Parts: sequence; C-alpha cells; structure tokens
Amino acid sequence: MSSTDNAPQLYKAREPVFPRRVNGRFRTLKWIVMAVALGVYYITPWIRWDRGPNLPDQAVLIDLANRRFYFFMIEIWPHEFYFVAGLLIMAGLGLFLFTSALGRVWCGYACPQTVWTDLYILVERWIEGDRNARIRLWRSPWNFKKIRLRLFKWTVWLLIAVATGGAWVFYFTDAPTLLHDLLSGTAHPVAYTTIFVLTATTFTFGGFMREQVCIYMCPWPRIQAAMMDEDTLTVGYRHWRGEPRGKRRKGADVEGLGDCIDCNACVNVCPMGIDIRDGQQLECITCALCIDACDDVMEKIGKPRGLIDYLALSDEPLERAGNPPRPIWKHIFRLRTMIYTALWSAVGLALVVALFMRSEIDIRVSPVRNPTYVMLSDGSIRNTYDVRLRNMHGEDRDFALSLKADDPMTLSVEGEDDLIVRVPADTTGQLRVYVTAPPDSPAARRERTPIRIWVEDLENHVRDYKDTIFNGKPE
Amino acid sequence: MTKAPRKAPKKEQKQVETTGHSWDGIEEYNNPLPRWWLWTFYASIVFAVGYMIAYPAWPLMERATPGVLGFSTRGDVAEEIKRFEEMNAGIEKKLAETDITEVAQDPELKHYATQAGAAVFKTWCIQCHGAGGQGAKGFPNLLDDEWLWGGDLENIHITVNHGIRTEADEETRTGDMPAWADVLEPDELVAVVEYVLSFNQKDANAKLVEAGKVVFEDNCTACHGEDAKGDPDLGAPDLTNAIWLYGGSREDIMESVANGRAGVMPNWNARLSEADIKAVAFYVHGLGGGQ
Repeated sequence: MSSTDNAPQLYKAREPVFPRRVNGRFRTLKWIVMAVALGVYYITPWIRWDRGPNLPDQAVLIDLANRRFYFFMIEIWPHEFYFVAGLLIMAGLGLFLFTSALGRVWCGYACPQTVWTDLYILVERWIEGDRNARIRLWRSPWNFKKIRLRLFKWTVWLLIAVATGGAWVFYFTDAPTLLHDLLSGTAHPVAYTTIFVLTATTFTFGGFMREQVCIYMCPWPRIQAAMMDEDTLTVGYRHWRGEPRGKRRKGADVEGLGDCIDCNACVNVCPMGIDIRDGQQLECITCALCIDACDDVMEKIGKPRGLIDYLALSDEPLERAGNPPRPIWKHIFRLRTMIYTALWSAVGLALVVALFMRSEIDIRVSPVRNPTYVMLSDGSIRNTYDVRLRNMHGEDRDFALSLKADDPMTLSVEGEDDLIVRVPADTTGQLRVYVTAPPDSPAARRERTPIRIWVEDLENHVRDYKDTIFNGKPE
Repeated sequence: MTKAPRKAPKKEQKQVETTGHSWDGIEEYNNPLPRWWLWTFYASIVFAVGYMIAYPAWPLMERATPGVLGFSTRGDVAEEIKRFEEMNAGIEKKLAETDITEVAQDPELKHYATQAGAAVFKTWCIQCHGAGGQGAKGFPNLLDDEWLWGGDLENIHITVNHGIRTEADEETRTGDMPAWADVLEPDELVAVVEYVLSFNQKDANAKLVEAGKVVFEDNCTACHGEDAKGDPDLGAPDLTNAIWLYGGSREDIMESVANGRAGVMPNWNARLSEADIKAVAFYVHGLGGGQ
C-alpha cells in the first residue's frame, strides 16, 4: 500500500467486543426470554397431537411433500395459505407496535441472533472467564492454555450449532422417525444439508459475527426509525443528569460534576461495543444491560437509579426543569400505537373468523370449455365439468352430488352409476361430471343457463355448492 | 490482529472521521465498510472462477465450454425422463398385462392409465381429434355417444391398436362406403338422400322419400341395416340420429353418397407401446362417450 498516512481507510477490521457479566432485572428478564424462546424452539416438534389414523400425530408440522401445515387442532391446506400470510402480517404489525411503543425490544430480547449470541457469550464466559480474563487471553500469544480453551469453546459452540440446525428439520417431518434416520445415516440428504447450513450459520453468526450481523446485515435497524418517535420508550442516557461526567477521586473537586462517574460499566457490558452515552445510535439493540450495570453503580455510590434508563426523549425538557417524567402509559397509549393495535387486532379477528367459518368440505367446479358442449346422438346437449371435492377429514367420506337448475337437466358422474362418490381421507377427489339437457329443451337451446351444483357430506350432512354455467347450442 | 480492543471513549463526544473532502463547506463522513465484507467480495470472485471451471460458462462458436462436471440442462431433462421411466416401468408392465376391461378395478392403475392416456392423447391424437377430443368434420368427436366402430373399451382398444383402413396392418378395421354416383342414376341419388334426410328432418319431400326408400333398401341396408341404425362391425354409421361426421345437410349427405367416404386412422401399434395404447384407449373411453 502506497497510500499516505492521512488517507482515510475504506475498510475497517472488526473490533472485538468482550461484554462483561452483569446482574439486574433486565438481565433476569433476558434469561427468562432466552429460556422460553429456546424451550419453545427445541420442544415444539416433539409435542404429539392425535388426529386419527391417517394423519400425522405431530402437533406442529410443516409437511411440504404433502403440502399440509399442521398446528395443533388446525390443519392448513395450500388453498388456505392466506392464514400463514395473515400471521405474517400480524407479526409485522406486532413488530411495528412494539417498536413504536418500546423501541427495539425485538432486537434486544427475542431476535434469534440476540438469543443465540447471548447463549454463545454465556458459554464463552463459562470457559474463558469474564471480560478481563477474555481480553488477556485474546492478547496472549498462542500457547497450550489458549489452544485448549479455544478448542473447548469452539466445540461447545459447534454442539449448540448442530443442535440448532438439527432442531429445525424436525418441524418438517415426523420428529422421532427423523431422529432415528439422522442417527442411522438414512435420512434424506436435504435434512443433512439443512442441518449443515444452519450449523455453519449459527456457529459463524453467534460465535464470530455477532453485532456485525445486526449492524451490517440486518435491514431492521435501517427501517426501525420510521416506527419510532420521541414518545417511544427506549434505552437512553440522562445526559442532563450525568454530565459533566468525571471520576470521583479522593480530594478532587467534585463540585459541578454530574452523576456519571465515568466508570465505563455501561460500555463494558454492551454486547454491541458502543457507548450509550453517545446518544441514540444505529448499533444499539436496546438490550438494557447498560441499565442494569449503571443502576448497580448508582446504588453503590448512593445516587438514584436510572441515569441510564428506559425513557422517552420527549420527557427531556420536563426532567431538565426538575419535574417528574410523564407516566409510562401516556407514552404508550398514543395515536400511533393505537392504530397499530387496531390494525393488528383487525387482522387477528379476521383470521379467527375465517378459521371458524371455513367449510369442512370444499367443492370446485370448472367447466370444460374445449368444447363448450357436446351434442349426443339423441340431440341432447351435454356439458362437462371438472369437479374437485376436498375431504379434509381423517377418514374416507361419501359425498352426494346434486343439481339445482330451473330447466330440466340431468347430472351424472363419469365412471359412477349413481351420484355418490367416495373421497379418500385427507385428499382431493377429481371427478368428471356431466350435465345433460334433453333435446330441444330451453337449456339446450339457450346460450347460457346458470346452474348450481350441490355437494353433501353423507356423514354429517354438511352441504356446499358452486354456481356455474351450462352452455347450450342456440339454433 | 494487533489492534487493541475498544478503549473507553475520551471524555469529548466521539468525532466521526471525515474523508477530508470538502465541497462548499460540506464534509464527507468516512464510515468504512467492515473488512469481512470485502472478503465476501473476494470470495464471490473465487466462487465465480470455480463455477466457470465446473459448469458451462464461456460461449464458443458451437457451444459453451462444457465444464468439468459435464452438467447440462438438457442432460438434466434426459436424466429426469429416464428416472420417471424407471419409476413407471412397473406399472407400465402391469398395465400392458392387464385386460383393458379390468383396468378400472385397480385404483392405482386407473389413475395411471387416465394420466398417461391424457399425455399420449395430447401428443398423438389431438392433431385430428382436437385438444378436447371434440373432433372436426371427417374426424370423429370422441366425447359423444356415437361410435362408428363401437365405443366399449375393447372396441376402442382394437381401433387404436390396428387403425382404420390402414394398409400397414392386416387386422385393421375396414368398411366400404363406395361412390354411389358410379352405380346409381342421379335421380336415385337425390331420392335416397331425401330418404336419409327424412329420418330426422321433417321438411323432406314425401314423394322423393318414397322412391328413396326403395333405393335404400336395394343398396344401403347391407351395411346400414334395415332400420338405418348402422353396424359398428362395418363402421357403418347410424343414419337416424343427430350426429353427422361429414355434416347432415342435404348437400353434405349428397356428397357422402355420391363420392363415398373412407376415413383413415393409423395403426398405433406401429408407434406406441401396448401400455400407451391401453392408456389412451382407457382415457378416450372416459371422456364421456364410453359405452
């Protein structure tokens, strides 16, 4: 490189971050969230749910091969994929709601990147010690101790990564069978590939990339600002209270100094490697560990807690004037959050209503248009319809077809002597159905005649119909 | 790797580095990319080189460089076809060995015959019989209930197998509708056409019908029958119903009687496997007209 010294660097190396251990209410909350999130992730595929003899007994199963999604008592067919779309919309609106009310709580507590990084740091701390020990180890040359600790750490990380990727595939096929196949080496190559890819990404993202994922790879920090405003409760530093900061040395002049003693506790615990006292910044995932760290220090030096706190920026003038901040509920219940809540509830309500209103049977009728009609030898006119009958039950069902029309017409099914068809469990029956108008009858002579094809489940007498058109042969 | 970990910031607010460029007092911040990002760029170049070696890449005069893996999308398709053929070999064999009247009793075989038959039909049959099987003038409609050579499964199977009036197959179906203009007098032709019209048309000339009936009984009943209802063994159509392969108007019938008719169909046993023939016969039978 022949660049001069003052030329700006276009690339910078990652500055390693060594978050210090911290205790406090937010740390406790994060442990609980982590336990719940990991628990749900690992246990869910193993929950059983009896659906009868012909259907899988896995409570949550995304059956891609057969195009079914099972969620406890709900079974989603491909034509009902709008439920999944609705859930995704709800997740999006929920994210908006929480971000506008509480800042990046998703990033700070629930995001898989945060949860797994937290877990990886926990392992790192357990093996290599707390912040100072880890910095010493990082600086030390490669020796037996460093190699041993590093290999141990990487092994544990790798085991977690394999378990992460391994759990993922259980959502897509019967978990106990797959576990057996995986261990005996007979599982589908896609399962192994998926596990390998997720293992690699977990290991890299949780162990080495960490905050780089949030800062450079994730789009969410870039768009979150659109959801936040001055009333959003977010992690912030009360600089009007803390500044000017300064260390309290014996004999030093402490007059005029703020509450911040510049102990760097907040910086040392930060998993993102930033200083919250620099103000709101893109890198901050609002994990609130700096709040715990600072509260701890404030208590020790006999100052009130909350120098770093969840606060709304709009309260700054009030607090500067010595007044208490506005109550939290006033920040949370504002037009923006109410609109998000209303939208979220509306989508949720619509989904619940749709879930209870969906018919147990489903009939699709598509007229065959090539040709639109056939004249039979006696001069009658016949139309053909491709009919699909969904049997969404766990056992075979008999369905009776019938025709409702104002003119005399008859209905028949290809290959059947009567109008009763049997559809096997959890499948779609495909029928070729004929509607025939007698010679010279009104429907035979009319260009288009509306008709209605009914279907009735003979087991529970649920009925459904589809309207369609009969094409005649006008003279 | 010699860089120290992040130090505590200085007491002053951290200043963002600028590039040193300044235009009209506007300075440009320098927020450098992370170095690993640059590595991913180099990695993508390395990947691209590897890809070009492994897969077809550089276009040459005739074709692209083949790549050491020998991959081609055409080869992929060929492989996939081979895979499906192997997959279906068992059921194809079963279909070839099963009597066509018993195909419907096995749900799996029935499903396969219908699907495979549809594919065969779309490849070989639609040129004459139409995509929906609706036919055209001179090419029978396969959806209706009129069958020149019989519409049950066995007869359709024989027709597809051996064809109609084809020289290549000794078992082909043959019937003869001669050019009656060579045999009959013009007034006899007019009369017999009027008689045929009278079967399902009211405006036929009664006098001519009377004369035509005599001509018909002398010449036509051998194939079309006393009642003019035809004979599927000879491919003689029913003249009393509403379906006319070559048109049912006075002029159309006159043309058929005067010049004769001899539609042909290839013997498909020369081109298709027994399983394919059975499948397409089964499919055609299931289009609605099957007897």
